[in-house]
Amino acid sequence: MGQTFAEKVLARKAGLEAVTPGQIVTVRPDRLLTHDNTADISQKFHRIGVQRVADPTMSVIVLDHVTPAASETYAANHKLIREFVAEQGIAAFYDVGEGICHQVLPEQGHAWPGAVIVGSDSHTPTYGAFGAFAAGIGRTEAAAVMATGQIWLRVPESIKIRIHGTLPPHVTAKDVILHVIGDLRADGAAYCSVEFTGETVRALSIAGRMTLTNMAAEMGAKNAVVEPDATTRAWLAGRVTHPYAEIHADPDATYSRVVEYDVSDLAPQIAKPHTVDNVVPVTEVVGTQIDQCLIGTCTNGRLEDLRAAADILRGRHIASSVRLLVLPASRAILLEALAEGIISDLVASGATLLNPGCGPCLGAHQGCMAPGEVTLSTANRNFKGRMGSKEAFIYLGSPATVAASALAGVISDPREA
Amino acid sequence: MKTKITGRVWKYGDDVNTDVIFAGKYTYSISDPAEMAQHALEDLDPTFTQRVHPGDIIVAGKNWGCGSSREQAVICLKQAGVAAIVARSFARIYFRNCINHALPIVTCDAVDGVESGEELTIDFAAGTVTTPGGVYTFPPFSPEVLEILEDGGLIPHARKQLGIKE
Ligand code: SF4
Repeated sequence: MGQTFAEKVLARKAGLEAVTPGQIVTVRPDRLLTHDNTADISQKFHRIGVQRVADPTMSVIVLDHVTPAASETYAANHKLIREFVAEQGIAAFYDVGEGICHQVLPEQGHAWPGAVIVGSDSHTPTYGAFGAFAAGIGRTEAAAVMATGQIWLRVPESIKIRIHGTLPPHVTAKDVILHVIGDLRADGAAYCSVEFTGETVRALSIAGRMTLTNMAAEMGAKNAVVEPDATTRAWLAGRVTHPYAEIHADPDATYSRVVEYDVSDLAPQIAKPHTVDNVVPVTEVVGTQIDQCLIGTCTNGRLEDLRAAADILRGRHIASSVRLLVLPASRAILLEALAEGIISDLVASGATLLNPGCGPCLGAHQGCMAPGEVTLSTANRNFKGRMGSKEAFIYLGSPATVAASALAGVISDPREA
Repeated sequence: MKTKITGRVWKYGDDVNTDVIFAGKYTYSISDPAEMAQHALEDLDPTFTQRVHPGDIIVAGKNWGCGSSREQAVICLKQAGVAAIVARSFARIYFRNCINHALPIVTCDAVDGVESGEELTIDFAAGTVTTPGGVYTFPPFSPEVLEILEDGGLIPHARKQLGIKE
């Protein structure tokens, strides 16, 4: 009988012939991601009573959430993490300024087809864009993985999402995934492994694929994957130097659900406050007053995202009533954007450049909102209180939509910018 | 772990999120489990913390525990004395956090057969939940999950695996 991607990876990792959804397997993950929460995780690790991590090459630690430290408490946490890294001999440590964990981990060669990656962050499924099986876990679990080198995983049911059609101009992977989440809802893929497929997905860059897998978490997915192909191999060349075996789902695998979309006529999409599945075409909210715009995060902080924004903003200036925050997802992306002149274009148009990292995404620093304020952001979550005040409003859209809206000071349709 | 438990029911609806189980504003300010228990379900049911008894059981609709991955949303209920949660479905990371903190959870439709204040019985060995309105079945825990529950959670389980004595 045919097997899905998740079934194949987990069976191989567990050393079994085949596995079925619902079965529990114990595996040794290839990588364990932790970020600023490593401070808490390292304390939980010590409480288990072991001195050394089971495998220091398994850990990838990226400081990104509140970087540089916004207060003494954060600074103390970062210090604790640096001490833990030194004490345990963890080589894959990326300090302040390298970028967001979900961008840095693949850039540094820690994600590859067929890898099993667990991370103490809910957007860990992002690495499915490279053909890896990647799932979020809790902090106690991360500590236990450090101690034992193992984790139990329930083999998920799988959903196939097939996307057809050529995307219209100014309509992007972000609009596609917002549309899908609006349709399937916040629990539409709960516990499931999501396989994105179809000619639209094949035509997407790695950046666009990462936007899809990143946001699959917003419909409850355990993991999400895009089958590796020539695009994947080209991106990984020079980054992943060891051999790997790609895993492809069997054509006759069993899915709990197969959903098809045609995006040939898709309009730019917006998620309205306060849930990610509250999605409408941009035309329904055009004219909504905004105070702050944000381009960046692990969803849309990559070169093509910054380029899309610069193409709209170049030689023009944002509305005086709006602040535009731009934060590249990593140092590597910042360097490329500098070399291309994108950063000068953005800054000249009135953008405030922030260092690579999560920045305002989680409401801890660098652009918190006051009660009553409205932000239009390229991030993945718009929950109440996420970016500061509980009485603030967050809309989500693509980089092009955010750039067009920054010019006008109100939510605008990028097709008309 | 007991193989059979009977307890008084607190019944709730669908999509109860981790913010109303344990508010985000406390996640970095409260670290004592006993204090966490005093804020359990604060924004959903203010009467809960005053009237909950050890051994009570929460029964709910679909997607219990959606939202953040915060473990406090499990710990606060366990500390408040909740013996088990029975829901139509659970958010994935919440499900894992329950197992890893040794709070038994059962996925079935018992919410259809019971009201708050009534009693129900969970038979873990038989895989049944008996309510005034009927008997509901659920698949038994896998041996791996059962072992973590019996060891008292993931931390004691890891200690046992690693051969660490108290
Ligand atoms: S950018 Fe935002 S969503 Fe992404 S990892 Fe950072 S805080 Fe989380």
